[in-house]
Amino acid sequence: MNREKRNRLIVIWVGVAAVYLAVLICELTLRPTAMLLTVLKKGAIYSLVAVSMNLLNGFTGLFSLGQAGFMLIGAYTYAILTMPSEVKTSQSVYKYYECFITFDTGVFAGLLAAGLIAALFAFLIGWPVLRLKSDYLAIATLGFAEIIRAICQWDVLGPVTNGANLLRSYIDLTRVIIPFTDIPFPPTLFVFIVSGVCILLIVLLINSSYGRAFKAIRDDETAAEAMGINLFRHKELSFVISSFFAGVSGALLAMFQYTVQAQQFKTMMTYEILLIVVIGGIGSISGSCIASFLYITLSEWWLRGLDMGTFLGINAPGIFRSGFRKLVFSLIIMVIVLFFSRGIMGDKELSLTRMRLAFRRASSRLRKEAHS
Amino acid sequence: MNSILELRNVTMQFGGVVAVNDFSMHIEEGEIVALIGPNGAGKTTAFNCITGVYEPTNGEILYRGHTIAVSHPRGRMRRNYGGAHGDLYTSRRVISPSPDEITRLGIARTFQNIRLFKSMTVYDNVLTAMHLRARQNVFSAVFRISWKEERRMREETERLLKEQDLYQYRDEKATSLPYGKQRRLEIARALATEPELLLLDEPAAGMNPQETRELSAFIKEIKERYSLSVFMIEHHMDLVMDISDRIYVLDFGSPIAEGTPEEIQKNQRVIDAYLGVRDDV
Amino acid sequence: MAGFFHDNLSYFLSGISVGGQYALIAIGYTMVYGILRLINFAHGDVFMCAGLVMVYFSSSFPFTISIPLVIIATVLLGFFIERVAYRPLRSAPRMSVMISAIGVSYLLQNAALYFTGGLAKVYPSIPFLSDTVVIWDATTKMVTLVTPFLTIALVIVLTLLIKHTKTGMAMRAVSRDFETSQLMGIKINSVISMTFVIGSLLAAVASLLYFTNYASVTPTSGSMPGLKAFVAAVFGGIGSIPGAVIGGFIIGICENIIRGGSSIFNIPGTGWTTFSDAFTFAFLIVILVVKPTGLFGEKAVDKV
Repeated sequence: MNREKRNRLIVIWVGVAAVYLAVLICELTLRPTAMLLTVLKKGAIYSLVAVSMNLLNGFTGLFSLGQAGFMLIGAYTYAILTMPSEVKTSQSVYKYYECFITFDTGVFAGLLAAGLIAALFAFLIGWPVLRLKSDYLAIATLGFAEIIRAICQWDVLGPVTNGANLLRSYIDLTRVIIPFTDIPFPPTLFVFIVSGVCILLIVLLINSSYGRAFKAIRDDETAAEAMGINLFRHKELSFVISSFFAGVSGALLAMFQYTVQAQQFKTMMTYEILLIVVIGGIGSISGSCIASFLYITLSEWWLRGLDMGTFLGINAPGIFRSGFRKLVFSLIIMVIVLFFSRGIMGDKELSLTRMRLAFRRASSRLRKEAHS
Repeated sequence: MNSILELRNVTMQFGGVVAVNDFSMHIEEGEIVALIGPNGAGKTTAFNCITGVYEPTNGEILYRGHTIAVSHPRGRMRRNYGGAHGDLYTSRRVISPSPDEITRLGIARTFQNIRLFKSMTVYDNVLTAMHLRARQNVFSAVFRISWKEERRMREETERLLKEQDLYQYRDEKATSLPYGKQRRLEIARALATEPELLLLDEPAAGMNPQETRELSAFIKEIKERYSLSVFMIEHHMDLVMDISDRIYVLDFGSPIAEGTPEEIQKNQRVIDAYLGVRDDV
Repeated sequence: MAGFFHDNLSYFLSGISVGGQYALIAIGYTMVYGILRLINFAHGDVFMCAGLVMVYFSSSFPFTISIPLVIIATVLLGFFIERVAYRPLRSAPRMSVMISAIGVSYLLQNAALYFTGGLAKVYPSIPFLSDTVVIWDATTKMVTLVTPFLTIALVIVLTLLIKHTKTGMAMRAVSRDFETSQLMGIKINSVISMTFVIGSLLAAVASLLYFTNYASVTPTSGSMPGLKAFVAAVFGGIGSIPGAVIGGFIIGICENIIRGGSSIFNIPGTGWTTFSDAFTFAFLIVILVVKPTGLFGEKAVDKV
């Protein structure tokens, strides 16, 4: 490994460590209900699912719209598995059904199972669906997500999924403890660690020989096949891995929300994730992460006033009422899609060199303008 | 001794159009064989049958004496079949490999209209083609357990790029190279799959005479260095006559001649096919 | 057998009626796909907007004015969507256009959410269409009977237009080969606009029929019928208008048979309605695997 590359790696790891340290400090100093912590948690969860979607749409060139479905599978698997067995049998959650699964597992087994079950479904559904051309794939995966949602609400499966009723009392973020101790795990840090590890794995995958094969498929299927890359096997691999991480992020979302219900995992949710990926730049991992945090911060925090009557000191309850925030959002998104289709990062990754270059270019432009 | 590649009665029919009809040929170990013919004669279609892009309508393809593809007219095609020997292979079970399986066997190809991986650098284009022969699985690749294999692939790629005179372009985008270099990169990429038989689809298309002369030396050189057999489609007769050991000629899908360059040059049917025959004669 | 039909007639009737409505929406999908190779994800939301506009217009105008107004407004909406969101991306990769379509869908739903305040709006009962009739002991609305006939009539008119007018010919040419028809001097932009106009017009008619049956409009009530209509278009072979119509009817009927599952198949359970939605997509996946080109679709061969 040459020196330049090693320096770059060191910079990246120092940066990552700084982020985690900052998160830990925020966690220890702020009230647990602080808006910043909520935003950080949700942002980290969305980062993971956006990156997992980017793996498919950006790196493998598969236009899949099934992300919400896999998140649903992950969330339900996690909730059902980690709900203590006393709760399951006590009729406080399963009011109308006799709960079929009577055992319970820990957090990590639950998270892993969430990913694995989502991956299993992806494996089964991928077999027919991944042989389709791009836009058919989009509609088939969208349809699949709808099927999953319908099936989860079907009352015949009530003993497992609790029908259309919500699931709660499973191990949520506040009840995670550090292994082998009884100290509660700082919730935001926990989300960051799980998401971070998952995203790291995706990055490692993308930079491996398999990642190059995925990109080859995205660039030119015919040429990739002629180079001995089995299209179906690699697409299936990408699809299964992406779904695994979507499942994990679904589980994290369930942990974050305290309750989970099939109803929330609608097509709209997939659309939101897709739009985050587009804002960040299709084919950029760091772009997806930045866009997720930006999106969540804006929608949950900074633009809240648009829904509440007062924004930037302007009080206009007639205009700034419920739903205005999302309307403004969708307009911004349309502007990005139409005029800045490369998003924040394009297909590049965040790096110090590039930031330095951009900064230099901006400052020289400023200087030129000052001169003239 | 088996031929490295053998086609028997290969016919390809699209709807009612017989693009290739009853084409039989063979390539021996170490040969350079060319396939020529006027535009629309079915040369690329024949190529695509060999490389698994199309499943031939009828016929058999053998690689080193082993059947790799065999087919006969089925379904609606059984009634509409317009080629020859429609009943020759009906008793055989259809084998139709996908292009990646063909490449795995050791048959690599280039494309008529260059198909490089557009978003990748020159280096990554070649490195990607190494994926096929890499000894690894997803887990060992993700967790870098097979880092030695990765390092070997990278070294191999650098060696290949140096040999092909492309090393100085390694970090440039593949599509930003000059046209001739792109063709060369496509060949380098095909070589990275460690082929024994190289199929070149119009390697000299769009090249000037100087580049064509270089290409002819280049093909001979890689053939020796990697002990390849070469099968190519080409329109530049200088190139074809210079390097081919044998030539097959297709016209309107049917083979009309076969032989050494000298024989082909004298063959009246070939001359007619290229120049046309006067109707009033 | 007759008794069986008699007992479940209401399911069959509503199946045929909903099928006709899906067919009308599906034509919009199939025509746009035929020409632009774009799944217009926003089409279902255009249909929903037509419903909402009707709610607002009918409160201030009589039906004789509000119905034409709704149709005009929907056509304008479809026209503007194409103009603003798809035309600038004409030379962009297909994925970008699809993302733009999803963006429009998101925008329309959020706009509807904002203007309605998230509440379900009661759809006005249109005289004649909302009247109840009794056929063979099954009570139903007039719209159920009108829909199939109106659908078929509109499809015949549309087919004649496409077969015999200059614009129709241009449409067929553009869907065959985009670039060549441009070279032949066809103004593709106006052809594409025309396609969106026709699609939106049919969606507006479908919304009048559909919401009369369902009686309320919510910001998301366009997405399900939209997706189902798309499935219908795929089933019929995307690009083919008769295919879309047959697909629409088949999906509408199947879905209602499943919806009536507990009485038709004698299997108890209450989740049949949600399950009927799932059926549509399961059906889609099966079609795509078995016959990706649909009933009347043509196979495209990629040139290597």
